[in-house]
Amino acid sequence: MSHKVTIPIGPYHSLQEEPEFYQLTVDGETVTDIDVRIGYVHRGIEKVAESKSFDKIIFLVERICGICSTSHPMASVLAMEDVSGVEVPDRAQYIRTIVCELERIHSHLLWIGLAGHFLGYNTVWMWAWKYREIVCDIFEAITGNRQNYGMMKIGGVRRDIEDEYLPGIMKGMDDVLRALDMFKGAVLDDPVLAARLKGVGILSKADALSYSALGPTSRASGVDKDVRRDDPYAAYDRVKWNVITQKDGDVFAKAVVRILESYESVSIVKQCLQKMQKGPIDSDPKELPEGEGIGHAEAPRGEVFHYVKSDGTNSPERYKVRAPTFMNFPTFKATVIGETISDATIILAAIDPCYCCTERMTVVNRKDKKTILTGEDMIKMSQDKTRRMYKRMTGKELA
Amino acid sequence: MERKDIISAIKDKFPKRIKKLFEKSTRRVYIDIDPKDLTDFVEFIFNGQDARFCTASCVDMRNGMEILYHFSFANMSLVVSLRVYLDKNNLSIDSITPIMKGAEWIEREIHELFGVDFKNHPNLIKLLLPDNWPEGLYPLRRDYKEEDYKARVKEEE
Repeated sequence: MSHKVTIPIGPYHSLQEEPEFYQLTVDGETVTDIDVRIGYVHRGIEKVAESKSFDKIIFLVERICGICSTSHPMASVLAMEDVSGVEVPDRAQYIRTIVCELERIHSHLLWIGLAGHFLGYNTVWMWAWKYREIVCDIFEAITGNRQNYGMMKIGGVRRDIEDEYLPGIMKGMDDVLRALDMFKGAVLDDPVLAARLKGVGILSKADALSYSALGPTSRASGVDKDVRRDDPYAAYDRVKWNVITQKDGDVFAKAVVRILESYESVSIVKQCLQKMQKGPIDSDPKELPEGEGIGHAEAPRGEVFHYVKSDGTNSPERYKVRAPTFMNFPTFKATVIGETISDATIILAAIDPCYCCTERMTVVNRKDKKTILTGEDMIKMSQDKTRRMYKRMTGKELA
Repeated sequence: MERKDIISAIKDKFPKRIKKLFEKSTRRVYIDIDPKDLTDFVEFIFNGQDARFCTASCVDMRNGMEILYHFSFANMSLVVSLRVYLDKNNLSIDSITPIMKGAEWIEREIHELFGVDFKNHPNLIKLLLPDNWPEGLYPLRRDYKEEDYKARVKEEE
């Protein structure tokens, strides 16, 4: 006899910045349907932007996301520069690239840590976040802030990177490189993680294309698209790097893409530091003419897309923002259905959705009896599964 | 495939149905089309030319709505935007969700924030606004006022 249970997940969690609401329908252990509702933190930024001046909008969009807090300003200034056709000085282009890539490293390390936690590998979690600190410290040195850097400006950047910081950044990058080597060994060569994550939550290439999935989510499914290469901005066309793709589309492939991409980011930062010449960092444009502009940039989670329509005044007529998770979210319909509920957490986490809340999950059975299943229970289910597999494969208990 | 091949392929495929083709710069192309031709264009660009659907953006032009559908292409430094104009008296257009699933959410968003109807959309329900949001009130329209919302909510109470 099949017994269908509906599990609502969300919408609020005090630890996570983005409440979302999932409703999983499960038959036994198997997820048969998923429904997602967003909008709990809809702040009406597009409407607010219509009443702000162009200079202030850059700060406004920086507050959209705390983790990828330079991708939105980057896309925003690109859109505004597209309206007016402003030239940006070379040094500013390199500084933009450095800030964007440092952000990718810290964001990917954050994800590796959280994924480790969800799987019960808490050492990975602690170590990943420890090495993320190096990147945050570099940010503090060169921008003044660990998050929300305030570097972008129409026509350039706000702050120069002083020469005295260069050796420190170089050393930091070497430290990150060593940490990445360790993670590559610890995560990618681990037989238990391979068994736990391979073949789980597969997003086929056809689905990735149809959903127009972005970033590592699509590149793990063999979609060879990256805005940094496809429509180069900042200094990405002046440095050598590779677009990382995998063909399997499962959670493991997404982890591989993120780890290998971090290597490319370290290499890009180093090349920029070497190639950067002294010079102006701002072309200081005065006003924005009438017209429309599109700016898109590759955030750690995928392409950020900004559209601006200016009527020649000081504020825009329309400002449209599309964050990457908006396109990656709906792929759950393709990846979660048919998987077990203990895998749901890591599949949801694999797209790196600016962590959704997994707190306050309520199991509701058909007689309307409610059992509260907390987010911790859900994570514990996922950790227990790893523990069982670890024991079966190695004959030892997972520390 | 080069950038200009994409543009000429679109021109050759629809010689009579392009109202205006505006190349703002080498990287941005805007194509004005009639709303009824939208699905044919999207089908050709998305499936035929291997584009990625970026998003759609709607602007309230006071007498109507202007919707732009943005597509980007791999390795080509090109964003093509299809522009359609809908008259205020007839705010409805064919949904492109049957062609690609990625359009589902953005069409739902435009539907609830601007009040545009998408024909043949499989799941045109609320995405962002709360369930008790008053019918017929669209927050991103120019004529929207906060007082309207408060008055309507009070009325319902």
